Amino acid sequence: MTTIAERPAPTPVDVAAPAAAGPLRPLRHALALAGRSLVKTARTPEALIDVTIQPVIFLVLFTYIFGGALGGGDRTSYLQYLVPGLLGQSIALAGVSLGVNLNTDISKGVFDRFRSLPISRSAPLVGAVLADVVRYLILFCFLMGFAFLIGFRVQTGPVELLAALGVSMAFALSFCWLSVLVGMLVRTPGAVQGFMFLLVLPLSFGSSVFVDSSTMPGWLQHFVEVNPITHLVGVVRGLLLGGPVASDLAWTGGWIAVFLAVFVPLALRAYNRRA
Amino acid sequence: MPPTTDYAIEAEGLRKRFGTTQALDGVDLRVGQGRVLGVLGPNGAGKTTAVRILATLLRPDAGSARIGGFDVVRDAASVRRTIGLTGQYASVDEDLTGVQNLVLIGRLLDLSGRDARRRAAELLEWFDLAEAGGRRAGTYSGGMRRRLDLAASLVGRPAVVFLDEPTTGLDPAKREDMWTVVRSLVAEGSTVLLTTQYLEEADQLADEITVIDHGRVIAHDTPLGLKRQAGNRTLSVTPADPAQRAQVAELLAAISGEEPVALPAGGSSVPVVDDEAVTAAVAGLAARGVVVGELSLHLPTLDEVFSALTQTGPQPLANDQEVAA
Ligand SMILES: Nc1ncnc2c1ncn2[C@@H]1O[C@H](COP(=O)(O)OP(=O)(O)OP(=O)(O)O)[C@@H](O)[C@H]1O
Ligand SMILES: [Mg+2]
Repeated sequence: MTTIAERPAPTPVDVAAPAAAGPLRPLRHALALAGRSLVKTARTPEALIDVTIQPVIFLVLFTYIFGGALGGGDRTSYLQYLVPGLLGQSIALAGVSLGVNLNTDISKGVFDRFRSLPISRSAPLVGAVLADVVRYLILFCFLMGFAFLIGFRVQTGPVELLAALGVSMAFALSFCWLSVLVGMLVRTPGAVQGFMFLLVLPLSFGSSVFVDSSTMPGWLQHFVEVNPITHLVGVVRGLLLGGPVASDLAWTGGWIAVFLAVFVPLALRAYNRRA
Repeated sequence: MPPTTDYAIEAEGLRKRFGTTQALDGVDLRVGQGRVLGVLGPNGAGKTTAVRILATLLRPDAGSARIGGFDVVRDAASVRRTIGLTGQYASVDEDLTGVQNLVLIGRLLDLSGRDARRRAAELLEWFDLAEAGGRRAGTYSGGMRRRLDLAASLVGRPAVVFLDEPTTGLDPAKREDMWTVVRSLVAEGSTVLLTTQYLEEADQLADEITVIDHGRVIAHDTPLGLKRQAGNRTLSVTPADPAQRAQVAELLAAISGEEPVALPAGGSSVPVVDDEAVTAAVAGLAARGVVVGELSLHLPTLDEVFSALTQTGPQPLANDQEVAA
């Protein structure tokens, strides 16, 4: 058997002097790390359950089991109402795995290597978030495609559909920093998942995802009214089914700004502190 | 530009506390350019903590350290451009193949895609992983992972390499391979700091050894110097002609002032302290016309030194008493 001892030392390769610190350098690093996350996703297709089968199951359950009752006997019109709602809920739930994966990487020591490299400290986190874009795209296409098969119809046009996609992506990419933050703060991957469900479930059910809030008690209506998922769903409903979007869009834009301003710095700080 | 310095690694008074554990309690380290420092210590001595501080993964509570003249806290970015780190626990990505692991590091070090792939292939070849390069690292054996991890830390041809227990868990043959790698790194001009619990390893590789225990440096010397520090060298002389045994014993007794111990082959041995003992013995043997069959000065093993320094090994006195009882 050949062993290391018998091998010659490697011939020198030009390990180029560090490229000039251009503005694109951090982006290149983040993209390289995003590529890593995508390879991992492709290797473990079961990691896509939360953006494919899970939302479809919710769609089927709510449409066929509760749809008749919730829609006052009209299952098809409830489906129209439900699809934008489920999109909002699924986006919030799909963020959970990001924090879980980052936490796993850190506890396995993979990030120690990245931390010892001359790259920006935030690059591994930004890379993971960028890779999540692909998951959200899959979610959007899968959910819309399946909904179409069982009778959902966009009432407006392709421009509105693309706008809905854009707003959903923007929301997803800011909301997922909450998951990153929790992933940095909580000790084990399992605990990240538990903690995130604790946050996401009240947000997704305490909203206009499944039913209109007019039948809820007053205190809950107040919660629903400020809930970011309510407003995301409001924008998507307006865009896909027709109707006013201005107010919900303003709310959603505000929440996106708040998420980015609060969760991103906190997540980066927590990452730097985590030894 | 870094301030010019003869030392690739310099640390003074490093302290680090985790909760109630004082992991480092004022550690000084110094490694000259192109040299190998072995950091030796038992479990929990603080070796990993020291390496993580030097590699900018942890901030010291007190003290300072410079790598190639760059401060590890104030100029961490420059330090990261200088170092390669192989941590105690393999940090390879199990879902990526060997090639993908190394190419990713190359890309993060700003190599072009082509150069990154070339460097990856070259390192995999060198570490005997070329065939396994297309397989997920998760399917690698412990030794293969360890080698991939080391390869990953060498992608950027670092001037200073940290190896935290690089051979723990390797079989003896692979351990010697790893030693060969370390020697060739040094031959290429790198400075190496390696931690180990194997005294033989430090003896084999290191120019100097720093022994730490409970977060403090308890000894720093060359391997030879360390062995000398522990004293109890033994001078053994066996005459070619067994009839001259008494003459040898008498001479050795005169030199050391201690009663000689008879050796099986007709020789004698005595404990000696100073360096002149050997010269005196050779001169005395010549004057008496004794033909020497074998003459040796036995240094204590590093294990004995280590036990003496950390007081954790078997106490020779206690052993003697047991034998006597
Ligand atoms: N993150 C941490 N939190 C709490 N205690 C820690 C942490 N890291 C290290 N310690 C403690 O600091 C001390 C030194 O640990 P360190 O890992 O540096 O030792 P070591 O010499 O590398 O040991 P080993 O040979 O077992 O690897 C130990 O008592 C350890 O329990
Ligand atoms: Mg250790």
